[in-house]
Amino acid sequence: MLLKIDRICKSYAAFPNPPTRVLHEVSLSINHGEALGLVGESGSGKSTIAKCLLALTKPEEGSITYDGIDVIHAKGEDLRRFRREVQMVFQDPYGSLNPRMTAEELIGEGLLVHKLENGAQARRTRVAEMMEMVGLNPDDMDRYPRSFSGGQRQRIAIARALVIRPRILVCDEPVAALDVSVQAQVINLLQDMQRKLNLAIVFVAHDLAVVRHLCENIVVLHKGVVVERGTREEIFGNPQNAYTQALLAAVPVPDPAIGRARRAQRLAQTTN
Amino acid sequence: MQIVHPMPAMPEPTPKYAPLVTTSGLTVDMPLGRDGNSVRIVDNIDFSIGVGERVALVGESGSGKSLTARALMRLDRLARLSGRIDFDGQDLLKLSEREMTRYRGSAIAMVFQDPMSFLDPLMTIGDQVAETLRIRGVGKAEARKRALAVLDELGVDRAAERLDAYPHEFSGGMRQRVVLAMALVGEPRLLIADEPTTALDVRVQDQVLDLLDDVSARRGLAVLFITHDLGVVAGFAERVMVMYSGRIVEDGEVEQVFAHPRHPYTRGLIKAVPRIDQDLHKLYAIPGAPPPPLARPSGCPFHPRCSESFDRCVSELPAVLNVGGERVACHLHDPLRV
Repeated sequence: MLLKIDRICKSYAAFPNPPTRVLHEVSLSINHGEALGLVGESGSGKSTIAKCLLALTKPEEGSITYDGIDVIHAKGEDLRRFRREVQMVFQDPYGSLNPRMTAEELIGEGLLVHKLENGAQARRTRVAEMMEMVGLNPDDMDRYPRSFSGGQRQRIAIARALVIRPRILVCDEPVAALDVSVQAQVINLLQDMQRKLNLAIVFVAHDLAVVRHLCENIVVLHKGVVVERGTREEIFGNPQNAYTQALLAAVPVPDPAIGRARRAQRLAQTTN
Repeated sequence: MQIVHPMPAMPEPTPKYAPLVTTSGLTVDMPLGRDGNSVRIVDNIDFSIGVGERVALVGESGSGKSLTARALMRLDRLARLSGRIDFDGQDLLKLSEREMTRYRGSAIAMVFQDPMSFLDPLMTIGDQVAETLRIRGVGKAEARKRALAVLDELGVDRAAERLDAYPHEFSGGMRQRVVLAMALVGEPRLLIADEPTTALDVRVQDQVLDLLDDVSARRGLAVLFITHDLGVVAGFAERVMVMYSGRIVEDGEVEQVFAHPRHPYTRGLIKAVPRIDQDLHKLYAIPGAPPPPLARPSGCPFHPRCSESFDRCVSELPAVLNVGGERVACHLHDPLRV
């Protein structure tokens, strides 16, 4: 097991009201090379879990262990290693990339911070390899984020995270801001990277169809509680929890016959 | 009144419906800076929406779908509109600004994506819903009564008590109902819904769609539903129009378009959507990205991303063709294709 979250609780201040508890004893674990999906509606706590497991915020109770490191109390070399091996891709590639840095500087920044490649030439070579790998043209490395399209920017964000060879990649809604025709490119890229690099991916999303495509294991959250967990086949084939069932039933399907049948069914239910 | 159009390949819409709105050669240019330059966002489009018909307008960001819808209400003062928009026999582009104001809200109304930024946080729900009527000179008590009736119709619980509540006291789904009530209180005949469910969770989205469905059927209200979500289109609309780079590339009945999409872009879009009811090894991805309006490719704007393009696609903009009761703008469907 690569990372284990054990019964974490997290509250946010809501002054003058008492703090609101957003995570209630959440436990989950991630293995090498596994793609885990965290799904739930807004307010379910899925992004808070992502923040906790990146050590961007600390839960008040419970523990997070990564490869022998106690993440919540880690310091010094342990924390540096954790920060190098667990990387993040954010939702909005328009907001997450510094507009004053070139693609080369953005992608190479991690190498500099973690002192992984010494010398500008070595870094440049690594950046070029990485750009090639995520489907960008290395000739574009001197360009700024604004001259890339949304999908290309998300490729930069992915290259930036992967260049320092992390073992876990946490993606918080990485395709939600992208156009439909480009979304598929990024999903395929993440899937390729996961297989090629034996990368573990924690995929936080509200779009269950995307999660079904990418993740072998799924955790369903509702109001800060894990209501169901299982393999793709279990969750999508035979959901046990009523909330999971309701969530799945509401996902729109691009097929007019199915859409209409479901609407008719709902209408029949409400009039009964 | 029957409107005669000089344009070829007008939609043969759905004879089920009498036409309510018909555009011909609708073009939207947005000015760039002060030196008189402009960029063409919507390029010469023709479409028709029938009385009580539910039509989806699908496109990616920058395709011009929102500006097309906003043009129907002449919402953008800076936009230069040309062509015709016939609403119930009246060309809306010929009206003065003052005359247009009478159409907004009472003939055509609009709901937007984010209900929170659309509602005034310092005004009660009742006052906001009644405002449209008050502007039209309806008395205070009468306006309040009608606001209450609409909120009731839209399933806002205990509407009478909540007329004096403020937007922050409502959940996301309820706020979207309030916004919908504001649009419907003037009894419009066409409702334009611009991504009304995009910011909502799936279960709430379903409720709002059911509600729209219900209201549209009960009132004989035509709905133009703007979205990028093909799943929503399939469940809600009867007809779908696909926009790409400022033009309508395909327009047909939902069943037909989803079962046999004719334009390669539509085909790609449908294949690129991950589905909850299917397992696929790899998703189909359309290569490249939609072109920005200032750098449209020559010929068919989709040709650099199209796997079936040939010489003619590079040089010549495809005309809109009638093919099997559907409209499609693609050289592949030209019977005289060489």
